[in-house]
Parts: sequence; C-alpha cells; structure tokens
Amino acid sequence: MPDVGTPILQAPPAEGSKDQHMVLNMGPQHPSTHGVLRLVLEIDGEIVVRLYPEVGYLHTGIEKTCESKFYQQVVPLTDRVDYLGPLANNLCYCLAVEKLLALEIPERAVWIRVLLTELTRINSHLIWLGTHAMDIGALTVFLYTFREREEILRIFEAVSGQRMMTSYFRIGGLAMEPPLDLFDRIQKFIKTLPEKIDEYTNLLSGNPIFRNRLMGVGHLSPEDAVALAVTGPTLRGSGVDFDIRRDMPYSSYEKFQFRVPVSNRCDCWGRYEVRLEEMRESIKIIQQALDGMPGGPVKADAPKIILPDREKMKTQMEALIHHFKIVTEGFNVPAGEVFQTIESGHGTMGYYVVSDGTAKPYRVHMRYPGFASLQALETMCQGRMLADVVAVIGSIDIVLGEIDR
Amino acid sequence: MAEAPYETIAGKQAVLEKMADHPAVKGLVASNSAALIDALFDRGELSLTVSPESIIPAVSTIKDAGYTAFEDMTAVDWLPSEPRFQLTYHILSHAFKQRVRIKAWVSENDPAIESITSVFPGANFYEREVFDLFGIRFEGHPNLRRIMMPEEWVGHPLRKDYPVEGYR
Repeated sequence: MPDVGTPILQAPPAEGSKDQHMVLNMGPQHPSTHGVLRLVLEIDGEIVVRLYPEVGYLHTGIEKTCESKFYQQVVPLTDRVDYLGPLANNLCYCLAVEKLLALEIPERAVWIRVLLTELTRINSHLIWLGTHAMDIGALTVFLYTFREREEILRIFEAVSGQRMMTSYFRIGGLAMEPPLDLFDRIQKFIKTLPEKIDEYTNLLSGNPIFRNRLMGVGHLSPEDAVALAVTGPTLRGSGVDFDIRRDMPYSSYEKFQFRVPVSNRCDCWGRYEVRLEEMRESIKIIQQALDGMPGGPVKADAPKIILPDREKMKTQMEALIHHFKIVTEGFNVPAGEVFQTIESGHGTMGYYVVSDGTAKPYRVHMRYPGFASLQALETMCQGRMLADVVAVIGSIDIVLGEIDR
Repeated sequence: MAEAPYETIAGKQAVLEKMADHPAVKGLVASNSAALIDALFDRGELSLTVSPESIIPAVSTIKDAGYTAFEDMTAVDWLPSEPRFQLTYHILSHAFKQRVRIKAWVSENDPAIESITSVFPGANFYEREVFDLFGIRFEGHPNLRRIMMPEEWVGHPLRKDYPVEGYR
C-alpha cells in the first residue's frame, strides 16, 4: 500500500508542484456521480491518494428564496431539495414550523404522514438500489426497482396530484383527505413488496461480481463516521446504532414497532445490507399504520393558519375572510428558533427555522445528510483503486439537489 | 392555539439554576463559566451563547461532556443590529439522545471566528458554506474556499443586504 498522504480534506496540490501524482477530473457530467458531482482525484497509478469533492453545480439559493416567501409558500420549495424523497422534506419543514407555532396536529394526519414518509423511504432506497447496482454493472436490477417505484409514484399522484413534487403535507396537517381507495392500494403494494425485495437480493447478494465490488470496499470506521458528521444508513452501516425515529421520536414514531438494522462491517456491503433491511422494516411500519389508522380530521383546528375547504370558502363569509387573509398576508409565527430533525432515506435531515415574528421566515437553514456524507468520501476512498470510488459514491446514496440546495 | 407544551427558561442565571444537572451546562460551568454569556431553554431545545473567543474551549468541553456528534452549523444575519452575525452550532449526543445549540456572535467589521474543525472535522464543509454565503472567516480552517458559488463570485448571497434576485 502506498503512502496515502496527508490527512483528509486538505487543499488540492498547487500548480507546478513536483508531485509525481496525476490529477484526474471526474464529473460533473459523469453517469455514476448521481447528478452533477465533480471530484478532483489525485491518483498514483490506479490508487487514489487524495480526493476533493467540488459541489455547487446545482446551487439555486433555495435558502435565500425561502426568506422572501410566506411560511406556507416554502412547502413546495422543500420538495425540490431532496427530489427523491419529497414527502420527507415536507414533513421536516412542517414539523419545524408547527413546533414554532405550538400547533397540535390531529392523529389521523400524523399517521398518514408516517405512512407516506415510510413509502418515501422505500422509494428513495429503491432508486439507490437500482442506480448503485447499475454503477457496479448489474443493469437489470435498475429496471426491476423502477417497476416498483412506478407504483409508489402512482400512489403519490393519487394522493397529491403530483408524482414527484408532492407538497402534500402542509403546516397544520395535510392538504386534503386522501382518496378512498388509497389504503387498499398501499396494502396491495406492500403485500407484494417483500417478494420483490427477495427478487433483488437473489439477483445481487449471491452475485460474485457484486460481492467483490462491495465487500471490504469503502471502509469507514465508526469513529470516523461520527467525526465526519455522517448520518443515516451510512452511519448504521459503520456499526453506530442511532436512528432518530427510535431515539428522538417525532410525529408519533414511538407508537410503532420496528427494528433498527445495524451492520458492523463498516464497508459498502454493510450499507447495502442496512438499506435492504430498512426497506423491510418500513413495510412493517406501513402495515401498522394501515391497521391502526385513526379516523377524524386531517387538518388542525386553526382557521387563521390553515386554508379552509373550498366548499366552505365559497359559501361562508368567515372562511372566505380567513382564506383571503392567509393567501395575501400569510400568518405570523411567534419569534424564536427551532431545529427539527427527522430520519430521511439518506440520513438526518434537519430544518433550522428562525422566526422574527412576521409572516415570512427570517432564516431557513436546511441540514441534509448528503452534504456531510461527501466529507467522508476521501476517508473511504484513500488508498483504494480508482474504480472503487464509483462503488463508494453509490453506497453513500447522495442526491446532488440536497447537497447544493 | 394550544399552549406551548414546553416550559421556557430564559436567561443564564435561570438555566444555571434549573438545569444544573444537564451534562452540557455542567461541563461548561465547571471549565469556564465566564465564557457562557446567555442561555435559553425554549421549545425543548437548549441554546447556550458563548463568547466568540472561547468557541474552541466551549465546543471541546461540550464534546467531552458526551456531545460527540457534530450535526450542523450555520449563521443568521441580523442586520442592522450589532454584532451582526449569529453563528449556530448543533451538536448531538448519541448517548443522551439530545442535542445542544451553541451560539456565538461576531461583528460586521471583522467577521471572523476560530474554526472548530480541529475538534469536529465534520464542520469542514459547513464552515466553508458559511464563509461562502455569509463572508465569515474561520481562522485555522484547512481549506477555506468558496463551496457553493463560483470562485470569482463577488459578494455573499445569504447576507440580508444582498438582493434576492442578485445584482444585475
């Protein structure tokens, strides 16, 4: 093994240095970078000596945009951040604002939120599995996972009218009561899903190429993982047993029974196992949510914050006034600051919302797991072959929309 | 609207009295209680404001107290008040299953603070982001370059005096 150079995340080598290493540019237009990630690699032959992620190609200044919108207008913006798990974004932002408002959410809305967020997690993991396998060279799995993902997207469409940019969770509850056949449809879907997951594992877990490309590759020790702020399945793949859903419950997750899969392998294979198990656990949570789904309203009783039903708005003067006020002036949120985190498909998603008492957020900061996971990329790739970089990027499951924001 | 479900404890003295058993508070008081300027327990979240000079000892103390997982950091621009920038660090403890918020204020004239990357290496990208978007320097950062905006960009977009639509 060659000398792997100075510690992580130093500056790139100066121009004209006497270094004998080659500097290789990878991306931003590279099929295995899951978007527009650019990596500057310093390589010695085929061994990675240093690696610098260059991000920002998708930077849209979404945090700045939030500051000039009303609180309720930010919800559709959050969809665009982690575009593979839209409902998780909505949930995190809504929980943060509801915490500022000290708003009680009806139980039915909370349960539907859990149900759909877990579907979102499965959606996110299916895309990860398909693209990760494709990066390694197993193209077939991609077609299989997208077949199941299609059904999830249809469910999202039925529930919100949109396949990807759902904006279904609103501050104070849900946009509207879900369609009548929704729960039957989800029930039917999750009934077949475990077989489908078996199908993927049959294709991959015993495949010698897949095993060799993942096992022992991208080693990340638990200490490094915590130090580099890595979260989610990547952290649990390194043997750290921490899941916000179980340890710091939000949105009534304490009422659900599920296991938190952890792997002590600390490599790409560990992360692969953890995510596959998480899908099966998500199915259990969805089943519990379907079985125990409470009745009642899906919006909190707060007419000054939540838009009235269309029917009421057209027939009742009071509702019309509230509607007009909310749309034109927004609603004031008590001054203060909150940091709300949830466990999204990729890891810890956090919204830091600062209010100055007006109808527009003073500051919205979004903490997304991919940004932190990228910091660990160098640690995982140092001293390994160049081709392993592709496997490692796939295994940390990044979405560039959430990194660049 | 429902009553706030959490008790609010405002002020350094009140927090020191009522939350003396909190590991982070205990650690900070034991090591350097003068560094702690203000404290607030609101909506179930504990915020500790420390002086910007003592940010490194403060976060090291918090880390020793069991808050080992750096989660997030960012800044808030409170133009036109002085000091202008509020730096916010969120640090989590896997063992206690709770987090603590550290705040420090830096002035507009010399927006600089020491980098905490020596204590929490995971703060690297976050400090670069704050440097890029707010123009706050982090002394001792290993690689303080712009991260989101292009290298040749002029200005810091998340400052409140920077127009939303940019300069044309």
